[in-house]
Amino acid sequence: MAMEKQNQEPRIGFYVCHCGTNIAGMVDCAEVAHHVGTLPNVVMSKDYKYMCSDPGQELIQKDIAAHGLNRVVVASCSPLLHEHTFRGAVEKGGLNPFFFHMVNIREHDSWVHTDRQEATEKAKALAQAAIGRVAHHKALETKRVDINPTTLVVGAGIAGIHTAMTIANAGKQVVLVEREPTIGGHMAKFDKTFPTLDCAACILTPKMSAAGAHENIRLLSYSEVTKVDGFVGNYKVTIKRKPRYIDEEACIGCQDCIPACVFKTPKFADEFNEGLGKRRPVYIPFPQATPQIVAIDPNVCLNFKKGENGDRVVSDKCKKTCVEACGDKDAIDFTQTERFEEIEVGAIVVATGFQTYDATRSPSYGYGRYDNVYTALEIERLVNASGPTGGHVVMRDGKSEPKSVGIIHCVGSRDKKTNAWCSRVCCMYSMKLAHLLKEHTNAEIYNFYIDVRTPGKGYEEFYGKLLEEGVHFIRGRVGEVTDWAMTPEEEGKLVIRVEDTLAGMVRRIPVDMVVLATGLEPQKDAQDVRRLFNMSCGSEGFFLERHPKLAPVNTFSDGIYIAGACQGPKDIPDTVAQAGAAAAEVLALIDKGYVEQEPNTAFILEDECSGCKSCIPLCPYTAILFDEKTDKAWINEALCKGCGTCVGSCPSGSIVQNLFEDQEIFSEIEGVLAYD
Amino acid sequence: MRYGYFPGCSLKGTGRAYEESLLPVMQHLGVEMVELDDWSCCGATAYMAVDEGKACALAARNLALAEQGGFAQVMAPCSACYLVLNKTQHFMQDYPAMRRLVDKALGSVGLKVSNDTPVRHPLDILLNDVGLDAVKQKVTRPLKGLKVAPYYGCQIVRPYSTFDDQADPVSMDQLLQALGAEVIDWPLKTKCCGGSLTGTLPEAGLRLSYILLKEAKKRGADLIATVCPLCQFNLDGYHDKIEAKWEPVRVPTVYFSQLMGLAFGMPANRLGLQRGFIPMPSLPRAEAVAA
Repeated sequence: MAMEKQNQEPRIGFYVCHCGTNIAGMVDCAEVAHHVGTLPNVVMSKDYKYMCSDPGQELIQKDIAAHGLNRVVVASCSPLLHEHTFRGAVEKGGLNPFFFHMVNIREHDSWVHTDRQEATEKAKALAQAAIGRVAHHKALETKRVDINPTTLVVGAGIAGIHTAMTIANAGKQVVLVEREPTIGGHMAKFDKTFPTLDCAACILTPKMSAAGAHENIRLLSYSEVTKVDGFVGNYKVTIKRKPRYIDEEACIGCQDCIPACVFKTPKFADEFNEGLGKRRPVYIPFPQATPQIVAIDPNVCLNFKKGENGDRVVSDKCKKTCVEACGDKDAIDFTQTERFEEIEVGAIVVATGFQTYDATRSPSYGYGRYDNVYTALEIERLVNASGPTGGHVVMRDGKSEPKSVGIIHCVGSRDKKTNAWCSRVCCMYSMKLAHLLKEHTNAEIYNFYIDVRTPGKGYEEFYGKLLEEGVHFIRGRVGEVTDWAMTPEEEGKLVIRVEDTLAGMVRRIPVDMVVLATGLEPQKDAQDVRRLFNMSCGSEGFFLERHPKLAPVNTFSDGIYIAGACQGPKDIPDTVAQAGAAAAEVLALIDKGYVEQEPNTAFILEDECSGCKSCIPLCPYTAILFDEKTDKAWINEALCKGCGTCVGSCPSGSIVQNLFEDQEIFSEIEGVLAYD
Repeated sequence: MRYGYFPGCSLKGTGRAYEESLLPVMQHLGVEMVELDDWSCCGATAYMAVDEGKACALAARNLALAEQGGFAQVMAPCSACYLVLNKTQHFMQDYPAMRRLVDKALGSVGLKVSNDTPVRHPLDILLNDVGLDAVKQKVTRPLKGLKVAPYYGCQIVRPYSTFDDQADPVSMDQLLQALGAEVIDWPLKTKCCGGSLTGTLPEAGLRLSYILLKEAKKRGADLIATVCPLCQFNLDGYHDKIEAKWEPVRVPTVYFSQLMGLAFGMPANRLGLQRGFIPMPSLPRAEAVAA
């Protein structure tokens, strides 16, 4: 039936919508309808108050039958809002939905103009263009593509873990990839969580082990995604399994190898404890690490040496007491190398988290110059019972407790010279650390803040509690931290110079310990990850959501979602909420079983393609492939997003795009130009 | 490497030791400094505070002369000149009204300024045009064992910081290390020396100079190296008053260029070192190394 209509003379029905007063307030809709009614091929032309309403849609359906319409144009709002609605109405009326075209006379006209006469003329011109184009529309079919029900979750901090668990609990398969030897992310390093002061490990580690043991989750730790091909529903992902020199199946997590190492005392900076503690070359990051599998660091293990191109190769020089201790389990395997594994998934959730601001970038705060200037993350480990000092707060000399501590807020946040944004969590974690430090040492604690920001459930009350505990709050951005003493009391102390903007004076506060509340920023390889998954980044480098309010976990690539702090700084409650939202989006996608694809894709006229390949590198979606047999390019419709870049670039004019064929576009242009 | 040299008043007067040392040192490194013909007052910080328009017009006059002389870049060794010339360029760019005012003023004497001649500080030129390797090659008498507190003052890094960190500048540290000196790490690199307050409000200004000298001495500095004629003047010229009010803090303050000259083997009296109130130590340790 559709093909039949296509070959007939066009019989166009035109409707102009008042949208209440949104359009009619600035455009004379009756005049527009009258003008369009005089154009060739237009069989009927009407104005109506709300075209998107049920009666409006029924009007279209009735007219199709009554007037034998085979093309429909509606002049109303943005196609983003109601193109789908009107296509549906046209389809119900018995026409192919792509015999419809929409004209935007609201956002593009009535809302942005102040002269009624001119706005009306513009509406007429736009409508005339649409009438010209719609005559050339062809019947098109939307395609359905099946969806692979397995999901890849990248990053296993609290965001990735929660997403994976939610999807897995719904009975779907998840591959959870984490680049560190253990899952848990930043949250695993925290001592307590604000504002409830419940222990981070107590609430996180059960989730970690549940994720590790879940029948529907395949956990790939110490692994990284290196390549992503395909499209929504059908992604092919390559994963690099980094060698941990341990057979993951054979290791039972007994950790007998660790004390057996030839290094009798731990000697190397322990990443999990922010370098405050030491570990051996064979190690497990922390007691509740998941998976419970040790790893060997080839950069410091004596059984490795530097190879020709700088990588570490096995030297077989060590006595290998670890292998002896492992015994029959025989889990230690020095011959392991990088392995690459390809998996197929239908949806991907990127939950790669954040990094903290590098405090050495703010030299006036003395991090790296003065021993007793710490980052907040270091303090998290220092107050933690499983941290390097067993929870005993001592300074870098290893014995003295601080009697006074200054906590400097907004280090690497709200500062045009470093990061302009507010990192959202620092005020709260600073107050949490103030509370914990006071609890551990009874020191005098000073918080230096620009504004105290507490927008969360129970957060402002927590601030009130801190004030009652006698923690000092000084409003002012700290100028510098120095060891420059001007009085005997300041000798041997770190002196914080700050303009106290409430007291209206410059103050010098001598303290034993300084804590820098470093902000959250994108991971240093966020741009690489963005390219890998074909996402966008905002100007600050966090991954960009499709819509800041209405599509917060979607990206511009269908089937790829984001969750947690990789999208922007957020606390644990918000991260978990977003992780749940991403899981729901994934389940909605894979439960449907298929995706419908807009037919506005490009295709290549094979006979005319010269095989020059100039279109291939231009495609932002890598949808164009080259067939070596025929020596022609071809377009994977499932990947094509209809951007038109290749169409314009093709030297032989052999690429055509549905709904944007030359005739359609030229007629549209002629329609506007013909109007005067 | 050829630069239009804008000396400003200090380098011809109280800060002449700066010019006396900078000229031979730069020449030794193959840097050509051609003094601008008929240069005038830079506009100076004090004038800037009284009447920005006139100060900018004065500064722009010198920039116009540099353009007229065909210089691609201007070298301004005095911190105040460096700041005012840079500030004038920023003001002309950011405020069309200021641009019109300056154009009108210069037009009345037949001058024009296109405002695209970079104004550079000698430290910037030494690090980024000459390069520390070239400097090191010229060192014949390394300043081994000499403990130097690098003191930058405020004006070359604030408010504009074109070649160094605003809070923790390091360019002079690197230069002094290239000369073989031991650089004292101290947090007062850009603290106020007292500026013109030592003249107008001595009780405030002197205290600031005293703080700097005291801290340099406390940290074991043999001397302070500076880039600014006013800083040098303040830290060198008021020791009697400081001593009467507080305590003796007799640390000499010299220009970085004088230390460069010494390291290049030039005689002290050809570098203006005899002009300081607090005499420069005769560098026994440094000379011992050379011998």
